[in-house]
Amino acid sequence: MKRVAVIVFPGSNCDADTLAAARAAGSDAYYVWHRERDLQRADVAILPGGFSYGDYLRAGAIARFSPAMQGVAEHARAGGAVLGICNGFQILCEAGLLPGALTRNTGLRFLSRPVRVRVEQTDTPFTGLYTPGDVLEVPVAHGDGRYTADERTLAEIEAEGRVVWRYVDDNPNGSLRAIAGICSPGRNIVGIMPHPERRNAAVLGGDDGARVFLSMEAHHATQRRDGVRAVGGSQRGV
Amino acid sequence: MSAFRVEIRVMPRGGLLDPQGQAVEHALHTLGFAEVRGARVGKHVVVELDAPTRDAAAERARVMCERLLANPVTEDFLVAVEAAG
Repeated sequence: MKRVAVIVFPGSNCDADTLAAARAAGSDAYYVWHRERDLQRADVAILPGGFSYGDYLRAGAIARFSPAMQGVAEHARAGGAVLGICNGFQILCEAGLLPGALTRNTGLRFLSRPVRVRVEQTDTPFTGLYTPGDVLEVPVAHGDGRYTADERTLAEIEAEGRVVWRYVDDNPNGSLRAIAGICSPGRNIVGIMPHPERRNAAVLGGDDGARVFLSMEAHHATQRRDGVRAVGGSQRGV
Repeated sequence: MSAFRVEIRVMPRGGLLDPQGQAVEHALHTLGFAEVRGARVGKHVVVELDAPTRDAAAERARVMCERLLANPVTEDFLVAVEAAG
């Protein structure tokens, strides 16, 4: 059972759905308030969707300075798995943990509707149970979701196979290269604009997103730095 | 130390799509301002601070832009310092 820290910022609004999706996948998920730096021996940190700090200045710009994000950055640097969903993806870009930026949708409208994305990479902690080429229907809900980076960065992430999800059929926000989600060079840090936690059960309209969380639970954490987890008093087996 | 007022202009980088600017340009055309050849929308931030010199105030403001006020991926900034009145 993975320990999954769902970081809660003022203005997060997908935290409960994300916690529920992680628990439904069998994880030991819990909240970490943005003022806490200690992720409580998390195996995985998830930054949920929402409007942290009211999207003031730029989406994600303020959240990245919170103590919890320092904990997330340390966790990520040690090879720990990190997933940013929607506003979480924006925060990861603002924090420099992922390259590029998410800018205003080309059509200027806030978009809240299902989209189709193709899974292109399955060697991340969050896509291991998919098959490359799987097309998922998952909803987007964002005003600033247009992935932007300079040409050199785009060429680099394409060459390294770091576009994890790509919009198919229609590109809702004008993202460059129709990018819906990317990962870091080490593949442990992953950002996605659509909301897999909103499609993890038939009752929600589909379960195409469930395997993001099931993959996370099934993923072997081989790169952990702090093996101290294995000898602490309160842990469960990993 | 003296008090300074720094006016910081943050603009979408030239060449990058600026849908807000395009919408403003379109609206101005609709209103009959046919002479409008382009519009871009950015942010204006005013920071009041203490610094030993005007140059020092500008330098601090530049660091603020690099660390927070502008996104280096998508935005450029311009700093103008004046003595606080």
